[in-house]
Amino acid sequence: MISIGERINGMFKDVREAIKNKDPKAVRELAIKQTEAGASFLDVNVGTAAADPVAAMKWLVEVVQDTVKTPIAIDSQKFDVVKAGLSVAKNEILINSSKGDPEELDKFMTIAKEYNASLICLTMDKTGIPQDVERRMEFAMKIVEKAVEHEYELSKVYIDPILFPINVDQKQPALMFDIFNQIKMISDPPPHRNVGLSNFSQGTKEKRLLARIFLTMGISYGLDAAVMDVLDKDLMDAAMTAEIIMNQHLYSDSYLTAGRK
Amino acid sequence: MEIPNVADKWSGTVNEITLGATKDKGGTRTKTITIGGAKSIPFMDFEGNPGQKPVVAMDVYDVPPEDWPETLTKPFADVLNDPAQWAKKCVEQYGADLICLKLEGIHPDKGNKTAEETVKTVKSILAAVGVPLIIWGCEHDEKDNEVMPKISQAARGECCLMGVVTQDNYKTLTATCLADGHALITLAPVDINIAKQVNILVSEMDFPLNRIVMFQSTGALGYGLEYTYSIQERERLAALTGDKMMSMPVICDVGHEAWRTKESKSDDMEVPQWGARDERGPMWEAITAVGLLQSGVDIIRMSHPKAVATVKKCIERLY
Repeated sequence: MISIGERINGMFKDVREAIKNKDPKAVRELAIKQTEAGASFLDVNVGTAAADPVAAMKWLVEVVQDTVKTPIAIDSQKFDVVKAGLSVAKNEILINSSKGDPEELDKFMTIAKEYNASLICLTMDKTGIPQDVERRMEFAMKIVEKAVEHEYELSKVYIDPILFPINVDQKQPALMFDIFNQIKMISDPPPHRNVGLSNFSQGTKEKRLLARIFLTMGISYGLDAAVMDVLDKDLMDAAMTAEIIMNQHLYSDSYLTAGRK
Repeated sequence: MEIPNVADKWSGTVNEITLGATKDKGGTRTKTITIGGAKSIPFMDFEGNPGQKPVVAMDVYDVPPEDWPETLTKPFADVLNDPAQWAKKCVEQYGADLICLKLEGIHPDKGNKTAEETVKTVKSILAAVGVPLIIWGCEHDEKDNEVMPKISQAARGECCLMGVVTQDNYKTLTATCLADGHALITLAPVDINIAKQVNILVSEMDFPLNRIVMFQSTGALGYGLEYTYSIQERERLAALTGDKMMSMPVICDVGHEAWRTKESKSDDMEVPQWGARDERGPMWEAITAVGLLQSGVDIIRMSHPKAVATVKKCIERLY
């Protein structure tokens, strides 16, 4: 499981304050805690309140890199903010994310390739987010075509079919499983299959349980990456257990320990 | 029509380990041996770098072996009572890449030799040969835990390969090898899940993963070779697909196992149709070794010089 730790985000008060006061303490702590919890990437998002998002992104990336060697997911859909993050990057980078419009993909894939970074691509464009499997798969196909056109490694592409919150449209989550399955067969090697997990159960009473069950079901259909709360130990344990059940890793009695290394 | 390229792509690499330490690295070895480094399955070098060549460690016992047939004792007849000279002969005459000192004599039922006596033996071998040493306990947990730490301290800085630790007995030897700078053999008898478990347990003690060699116990030709083969093959595939807890090089104990079989041991009169033991025995050992090489092996423990020569020639030809 490629777990992308979501906590270094200006939407959270502690990070917002840290950015405002240029006080790295809270960010460092979150970087260490999420790394110890087994995060594959640390998502870094300046939030909406940052006065100067470009400067804030540079600062956040630098603070994280000074603290841990964990790869970083630069989280912004603003090209100049992503570029700012990349310009100071030393750790391995995943860009989160590009929309599916051809011109957006051209821009993001070019820069991702230049920095040897991976890229999350959303199955949506400026006209909106499709609600069905077919349209999402059309986007997935176009994303793969673009990657081939740019000679951009498919193993660096993460396709995110956009998971809706369960309390917004209950029909949507079940559609995802079919999509994961189909994306897995789209190319060899296939692109990764990613979702934003916390958004899915936001505002519900059983937030953690919903996220945990969706993630384990998703893994059984081929979901292999998620922006998620890696500090939720039950969630991480469930993901590792699902992967063991799907025979993705060799079982050992201490598989939960091995999974965090 | 274009022929499709069916080569597999591997994401993982078998850890590379250098055994033995020269003077500038704090030891007294004149030669070091590097194993591991494979990025492809054996003999499929079109898929990736095959890594370091497998090496042969020749067995030397701390006491004269009691159950060896004459075919096996003959080449060592003049040195069986002197492990240092025995080791020297293996290196100088028979081309051993490393020496594996098997501490049979410390076992409570097979001599119960003391740590002090054994330390002397180890030191005499270190003085007699310049190649790296493998030091293998008697696999009696209590006695190993008493003797091995003292040997580890005596050979401090030499970067020996010490073994073996198991799921139920790993703490003492792991701690002492960590302190004295040695590498470690993790044993899980023909069980890949336990193999991973021992590696995790050892790494939890902060022992570096790149100083571990895995041992699955070995089955000779006709006596479970296929089980060993299949486990080692799965281990290699796990390493190549990026399982960090399974990315260790592998060691096999071919000599001891091959020479326990009746096919190699029986004398010429017993089963005349099997042919002369002097040919048959070394052949049994060589075939076991060459068979297992295909599964992904980095160190092969062997006994008979003729078998060693055959296997080394085979490695040279295939790599």
